Amino acid sequence: MIRATWLAMLALAATIGLSGCGYNDFQRLDEQVKGAWSEVLNQYTRRADLIPNIVATVKGEASFEQDTLTKVIEARSRATSIQATPALINDPAAFDKFQKAQGELSGALSRLMVVAEAYPTLKANAAFQDLRVQLEGTENRITVARNRYIKTVQEYNVLARSFPTNLTAMMFSYPVKPNFTVTNEAAITAPPSVNFEKK
Amino acid sequence: MALTGLLQRWLLAAATLLLAAAGAFAQDVLPVPPLAGRVIDQTATLSEAQRAALTSKLAALEESTGTQLVVLLVPTVLPEDIAAYAQRVGDQWKLGRATVGDGLIIVVAKNDRRVRIEVAKTLEGAIPDLANKHIISEQISPAFKAGDYAGGLNAAVDTLAARIRGEALPAPSARAKKSHADDGMGLGSLWPQFAMFFFVGVPIIGAMLTAMMGRKVGSLATSGAAGLLGFALSSSVLMAGGAAALALVLVGVLGIGASRRGGIGSGIGAASAGPVIWGGSGGGFSRGGFSGGASSSDGGGGGFSSGGGGDFGGGGASGDW
Repeated sequence: MIRATWLAMLALAATIGLSGCGYNDFQRLDEQVKGAWSEVLNQYTRRADLIPNIVATVKGEASFEQDTLTKVIEARSRATSIQATPALINDPAAFDKFQKAQGELSGALSRLMVVAEAYPTLKANAAFQDLRVQLEGTENRITVARNRYIKTVQEYNVLARSFPTNLTAMMFSYPVKPNFTVTNEAAITAPPSVNFEKK
Repeated sequence: MALTGLLQRWLLAAATLLLAAAGAFAQDVLPVPPLAGRVIDQTATLSEAQRAALTSKLAALEESTGTQLVVLLVPTVLPEDIAAYAQRVGDQWKLGRATVGDGLIIVVAKNDRRVRIEVAKTLEGAIPDLANKHIISEQISPAFKAGDYAGGLNAAVDTLAARIRGEALPAPSARAKKSHADDGMGLGSLWPQFAMFFFVGVPIIGAMLTAMMGRKVGSLATSGAAGLLGFALSSSVLMAGGAAALALVLVGVLGIGASRRGGIGSGIGAASAGPVIWGGSGGGFSRGGFSGGASSSDGGGGGFSSGGGGDFGGGGASGDW
């Protein structure tokens, strides 16, 4: 009976050791993360390509707030000046910078769209409304791509950090990958101050 | 006594926490309904005749082009945005043929007065966001404003169908081919694991179990274990059954890894191989249910099920009325 127990333990160790080291899982997930990241970049590029058209249309509105417009143009050039290579996902600092630039562009763009609401001629402009739809679609696609990236990285990171696959990760150097966060977490989590008192 | 009291309090606290968490989650977002037909109306807006007419129109569309279009009417998607909800529906249903991925969903949130056409990636070229926006603003919104929901949906489906027919998609083919293609892919990616499992794992487990229980029961147990492991690895009943049967043949009939014990056992083991195969694979089957969340029961659509190929990447447009 003792011999049987030893055999059982040996069998268990063999199965875990042979199929559980997770080397192949790392290969699969690493490629998946790269693919998901490419899709994120793809959609960000699509947005950056759309902005010149939006700017050109808005510029036609003579009295348009120049400040808002310049902010969008500047944010776009900052975001596109970062070399967005697939290697970015293995460099947390560069990833942070990239994410921050894209976040600023999102903010500037949504501000532009809100301001544009106040211009009746712009609202009646079919070309501008079409651009608006395209921008909305692109933002949706960015959200989906980011969500998929987040999920894939989560799966990868769980594998890279849990036992016994973390040993494989250490041996073949598969570090934990950075994930998307919000850059202005403090601003979002602070409760909004609502004041109805008239001054 | 104090200890039991403490334990009770702990259990109570844990249970309350769990319930609260479950409640919060349930309140959070609207769950995606099962894919029960081509027209799923949770708001009882369409009459039976309108629903049947729309369903047959959608069925005809799939027959002629292969594209799967589903209309979903829900009361509200709040607090979620309709785009996020439609995305989740698309992710779960995966409408569209397995090899083509041509799926479309029209989601109507009646009380929110919001509508969205969600387009799978394959069809983003045929029906770009702008086209969707125009369909919504020119066909759906005016009809919905007048209370003519069926009219708006029919007009939208007609326009979408015309656009799909203009796209050179692969011709629709018999549905039977798909499942075979899927199985082939699953086997291909899991093959190394299975090979390792059979040539290393099964002999060891077989030796261990036959040593403990004798050859007949041991080989049966090995086959059962192989079936269960196969199911856990591939979550496919077919694979589990195959693994169980193969393990049984390896250990019970060929004697690979079987421990030598007693003369009678081997004879019985070989003789009972026939019926035993059923027992082994039965263990795999009893886990039940075919996997793949995209499958569905037939509802009003008459045996309609998702092709499971649609990849929804956020394409489409939303609008209100």
